Amino acid sequence: MTVPQGASAASAVLLAGLAGARETAISGSGRAPYCMMGVCFDCLAEIDGVPNRQSCMVTALPGMRIRRQRGARTIDPDAAPDAPPSFPIPEPRSGGA
Amino acid sequence: MSVDFAIVGAGPAGMAAATLAAELGLDTLLIDEQDGPGGQIYRAIERTEGGASTPSLLGPDYLAGQSLATALRASAARYRPATTVWHIDPDGTLSLITEGVGDSVAARRVLLATGAIERAVPIPGWTLPGVMTVGAAQILLKTADLVPDGRAVLAGQGPLLYLAALQLARAGAPPLALLETAPHENYHAAARRLGGLWAARRAFGKGLALLYGVRRAGIPVRHGVRGLRAFGRTRLERVVWDGGEIAAEHLFLHEGVIPNTQMSLALQLAHEWDEAQLCWRPRVDEWGRTSLPTIAIAGDGAGIAGAEAAVLLGRLAALDAAAALGRLGEAERDRRAAPIRAELARERAIRPFLDALYRPRRSVLAPAEDDTIACRCEEVTVGQIRRAVRLGAPGPNQLKAFTRCGMGPCQGRICGPIVGAVIAAARGVPIAAVGTYRPRAPYKPITVGALAGMSTAKWPPA
Repeated sequence: MTVPQGASAASAVLLAGLAGARETAISGSGRAPYCMMGVCFDCLAEIDGVPNRQSCMVTALPGMRIRRQRGARTIDPDAAPDAPPSFPIPEPRSGGA
Repeated sequence: MSVDFAIVGAGPAGMAAATLAAELGLDTLLIDEQDGPGGQIYRAIERTEGGASTPSLLGPDYLAGQSLATALRASAARYRPATTVWHIDPDGTLSLITEGVGDSVAARRVLLATGAIERAVPIPGWTLPGVMTVGAAQILLKTADLVPDGRAVLAGQGPLLYLAALQLARAGAPPLALLETAPHENYHAAARRLGGLWAARRAFGKGLALLYGVRRAGIPVRHGVRGLRAFGRTRLERVVWDGGEIAAEHLFLHEGVIPNTQMSLALQLAHEWDEAQLCWRPRVDEWGRTSLPTIAIAGDGAGIAGAEAAVLLGRLAALDAAAALGRLGEAERDRRAAPIRAELARERAIRPFLDALYRPRRSVLAPAEDDTIACRCEEVTVGQIRRAVRLGAPGPNQLKAFTRCGMGPCQGRICGPIVGAVIAAARGVPIAAVGTYRPRAPYKPITVGALAGMSTAKWPPA
């Protein structure tokens, strides 16, 4: 898929002739970009492995992988890290409600 | 990081404000979500390659943005593109995210120059792939030389509808038809506002040239169109209206633009209903000052007046910021503001005429059909909103609990004006009495990783 320099990932989806960029989380109906300016969120796509990105606000880059956003994102329990978080969690402060 | 003056949005108002503020000695930071300056009206203005950015195609008005971008680049203002502002504190602290990395900036004064969004056009079938806004068609042309492949129909009203039709025709993809929805009575209402037109003769002349250009390009125009609907199985196949239909793959809708109030509402600034422009706008004074002393607004975000006016409003806000921060005496501020105000009055003279001519029908704000989708994200229909009102939901925020309307990814940006109008009509009260959604941070989705990676200097709170 070749797009002009500076074109957005959403433009690439449209240029590819795809009927839809995503399927809604509610009914699963197909949606394509509507506003192209970051307002409507109907261009949500999985871009380079990151789900639910506004593809109209992401500039297409060589090698970029854009996948259809299918419904709501899911959490894979097996993909959760075993190690505890590396940043300190503050102690609860005493007093007050 | 701290600055004197942070500006959100690099459209005409933001570019002009940043350039002048830096010239007046303010440490200025201009933040924008896009890769390059220009906003929506001057989108991709610095692009040099490609056929779409030639003057003959997009027109001289578009190229006026080049001098603004050049002046910005030559100024001492810092410019931070590809950055999302996801929270603003009333004290002027901005929470930002750039390429997945979060940080914050403390500004002594903040200028919101977040411009306008297109008014949502909720017709039956408007969620079908193939139905987009006219602004989207323009953005595709400006940024990627893309024109619709197949049969395209433009529907709605306003100068942008005619401009886009002409631009598409010049790019070799003339629309099949232009369906104008302006009700006939608008012509009479507009005619009564012709008084200010001598001052606005330049803008008026441009409008006439547009209408003539569309006719000369041979694009069929149908006036007084009602009952617009989009049909198709998995994507748009037919555009239907009362008394006609056309097979088409693309439908571009436009019913004017309204202020982008997402941040001003989240900041709980005072807002008012504008009955002439049929939209909510933040209350600002002649310098763009809001109900919060740290925050000002310039450009279409405070009421629709167009790109030329936005430049002037940006400059007024920069002068006021410089005065407030001790870089400019008040007398000098007022002296410099006088010629800007005179020009602003000329730019605004056309507005009452345009607002009357292109006033959307009531059915654009509150669709008649119960099964039309109002909230695209949560797929809530107009009928569901009416039912929630009957069950006792008095306003947009209570409606969320009944229907999840406005709680999807767009956070009510699209459905906000629709639900306000539908609730008001169902309750039989003015829209002004119903109020708006109360959006909250984050203004745009952010990852937990970006949040966790932010500076911990202000956490935990003392």
